[in-house]
Amino acid sequence: MSAAAASPAVSAPAGGAAGCGDLPVLRERGQREVFCGLTGIVWLHRKIQDAFFLVVGSRTCAHLLQSAAGVMIFAEPRFATAIIDERDLAGMADANEELDRVVTRLIERRPDIRMLFLVGSCPSEVIKLDLSRAAQRLSKRFSPSVRVLNYSGSGIETTFTQGEDACLAALVPEMPAEPGRARSLLVVGALAEVVEDQFLRLFAALGVGPVRFLPSRRAAELPPVGEGTRYLLAQPFLGETARLLEGRGATRLAAPFPLGAEGTTAWLRAAADAWGVDAAKFDAVTAPGIARAKAALAPRREALDGRSVFFFPDSQLEVPLARFLSRECGMRLTEVGTPYLHRQHLAEELAMLPAGVTLSEGQHVDRQLDRCRAAKPDVTVCGLGLANPLEAEGMTTKWAIELVFTPIQGYEQAGDLAELFARPLARRARLMV
Amino acid sequence: MELAVWTYEGPPHVGAMRIATAMKGVHYVLHAPQGDTYADLLFTMIERRAARPPVTYTTFQARDLGGDTAELFMEAARDAYARFAPQAMLVGASCTAELIQDDPGGLARTLGLPVPVVPLELPSYQKKENWGAAETFYRLVRAFAQPRAARAEGTAPRANILGPTALGFRHRDDIIEVKRLLALLGVEVNVVAPEGATPADLARLTEADFNVVLYPETAGVAAAFLQRQFGMPMTRIVPIGVGTTRDFLREVATLAGVDAGRVEEACRLPWYSRSVDSTYLTGKRVFIFGDATHAIAAARVAAEELGFAVVGLGTYSREFAREVREAAKAHGIEALITDDYLKVEEAIATLRPELVLGTQMERHIAKRLGIPCAVISAPVHVQDFPARHSPQMGFEGANVLFDTWVHPLMMGLEEHLLGMFREDFEFSDGAAPSHLGHGPKAEAPPEPVASGPATWAAEAESELKKIPFFVRGKARRNTEKFAAERGLATITLETLYDAKAHFSR
Repeated sequence: MSAAAASPAVSAPAGGAAGCGDLPVLRERGQREVFCGLTGIVWLHRKIQDAFFLVVGSRTCAHLLQSAAGVMIFAEPRFATAIIDERDLAGMADANEELDRVVTRLIERRPDIRMLFLVGSCPSEVIKLDLSRAAQRLSKRFSPSVRVLNYSGSGIETTFTQGEDACLAALVPEMPAEPGRARSLLVVGALAEVVEDQFLRLFAALGVGPVRFLPSRRAAELPPVGEGTRYLLAQPFLGETARLLEGRGATRLAAPFPLGAEGTTAWLRAAADAWGVDAAKFDAVTAPGIARAKAALAPRREALDGRSVFFFPDSQLEVPLARFLSRECGMRLTEVGTPYLHRQHLAEELAMLPAGVTLSEGQHVDRQLDRCRAAKPDVTVCGLGLANPLEAEGMTTKWAIELVFTPIQGYEQAGDLAELFARPLARRARLMV
Repeated sequence: MELAVWTYEGPPHVGAMRIATAMKGVHYVLHAPQGDTYADLLFTMIERRAARPPVTYTTFQARDLGGDTAELFMEAARDAYARFAPQAMLVGASCTAELIQDDPGGLARTLGLPVPVVPLELPSYQKKENWGAAETFYRLVRAFAQPRAARAEGTAPRANILGPTALGFRHRDDIIEVKRLLALLGVEVNVVAPEGATPADLARLTEADFNVVLYPETAGVAAAFLQRQFGMPMTRIVPIGVGTTRDFLREVATLAGVDAGRVEEACRLPWYSRSVDSTYLTGKRVFIFGDATHAIAAARVAAEELGFAVVGLGTYSREFAREVREAAKAHGIEALITDDYLKVEEAIATLRPELVLGTQMERHIAKRLGIPCAVISAPVHVQDFPARHSPQMGFEGANVLFDTWVHPLMMGLEEHLLGMFREDFEFSDGAAPSHLGHGPKAEAPPEPVASGPATWAAEAESELKKIPFFVRGKARRNTEKFAAERGLATITLETLYDAKAHFSR
């Protein structure tokens, strides 16, 4: 189980400030207004097209998934919940037998699935239901047509996007070994298909390759990994996956995240440097993308320049987003909240943040709301539980979940990314009632 | 364990949240793991409430489990009282907190808060959302209801309206309609609860003469308590549909001791349903599923007021299984009592109704099977918390029902034309009703008739001209196709009618 690595490190006492480079970090304990890692299923089940996600949990878990997935669930979803009932808790029913029965019914209903994830939840973790053994047992039973894996998306261990980290970490041991020391680039983190294809074209033009992606679009076609694998994180929340990849011999290419023109260029450069691409070629390949990104950004920058932004913690994307908004859109950062700060993976990002920004890790939502109201930011980035109440108070909000569901990485999406923050301001200016 | 692709109800603590959020001056401290705050967005997004629900979560994490989660709860309760200064607090546990057994009620008592604290015992692995709402409302009513004083002579009869909650299907507008119905009889409204009520209002409940129970799922238990404890009678009829609304008015008149008299009905459903445009609705096969109250009401409206044939009736409200079984018997069918979405899907697939009246989940099933569908019950998504006035209850509610249920059906003329000319390329049998505008894309136009059009005999040609112009082109095409398929060189009058006979259903 990835529990230890997935949950945030024990932090300093509430309100205490600790150093992180030059930036102080405000650490707070209290009510956390965040999703649990189960929510990752909402996008992962679309990304990995032959996988099914079976949450082993309570009615709350099932209710969360259908509420979070909203209308998307109108399509036949590739996820479901095995709801634990009192018979399972009282030991009247053997939980393992029950799970086998549910999985069998599920596989009969969906014979097209090739990989089944048993996803742990708070209740299954608290009663210590051993899903890894269940996964092994079921894998044997349905072999070779269905592979059964497990990970935990429980709220007690994971926050929102950490669910993807836990899922990808479960895939790492399944990846075939790269024979010899052949060099390859692995891009880690679920990306929109259009973004993957854009990056593939850029890497090909640079002569960097072969390039593979984790997760792959099909569970049965996992990329190989070995000593020669260099990996680039496409997402900032993949601590455990990175650790396991290193365990398989892969080496991380340190880089900021590919958000905005600057982030994308630095991210591509990390791979280009590892492949010894000369500067002239790098510039020639990236110049058109940079030019397009800047052109697309210009009108949005006009709308955002000088405006202030406040981030509530949500996805761990907050630091790279804040970096992009401050450096490429001219926004002023008030507070940048993150559910968890992975200092090593974010080192390049933190170095680019302006002085004077308040970084906060963890949350006491009521106190953070007090700070937000006092700061009166022009744009507040927050979850859906807070957005409408803050709008009703007259604040302008950008709901954060959309940033996980929208293609935002790479040159071609830089304008779209800025647009996501400019639109709520434009709307507020437009509405006359 | 139970396999759930979809659940009809959330866990019971969501029911408790619906009560706390509906009321004013009540705060709910919920012992729950990180992530359970997702429930806030049900209220802020789906119902579009403009304030955060009055709920403080402890949001414990794995690292807290090794430590003192009980202390965490007490800290959260102390902070919540200090910050929100409620008139009363609810304390309870979510499903995970139930497993770690910290006893929120006992812990809250030790805090010695200066306001009433109502502890909630909601067995999450056994009960569900509506039960949680009913139990929470009952606990609050029990905690606050005061002994009754007799009504002063000569004052108007008074009633409470019980049941509307946050996240209730059309509760906002049903309140307005039911108040209007009570006003027709000269009955005053004492308290509406839980929606909009404070704990102090609950203390005034007994000042009414009787209780109007709008939603037995959420208020039935509390109303039964008020009847038992204070001798307050309650209504049994839920006024959804014209006939039921009339019955309801009679029941209220009896309880209030007033004359039902002649009540002015501002209802268009009876005439709309009698008008000849509705004739084609007769005997349409309909499948009904939802909470018990809405399903039972819908079955009566469907059969008695719209002339449909009810071929399936079911509910996920096991607490009201008996009532639904009885209602189903009246239609000569067996009720489907289940909260298993897959069983409902199976039943619909087997019965192949022409219309499904259900919840948001039945919309998924109906979409998969290509059957028209309208929503009559929670659970619902954001589009069923509309901006416009759209009650289900009372006479205006019946108008809403007529429009909503007929809308997904193919309109009469279109249906007739499809019956006559089944192979038209834009207007084909499998197409969705064209006023809905989002049916499947039309297939490519069919190949031109291979052997070229047959010659029209003069007599047939003049007969064709008698057909109204908007169907004439289709009649011509179909007749020519019919002739071509049979290798006829000349289209006679007989051919025209043969084709008509052929394409008629």
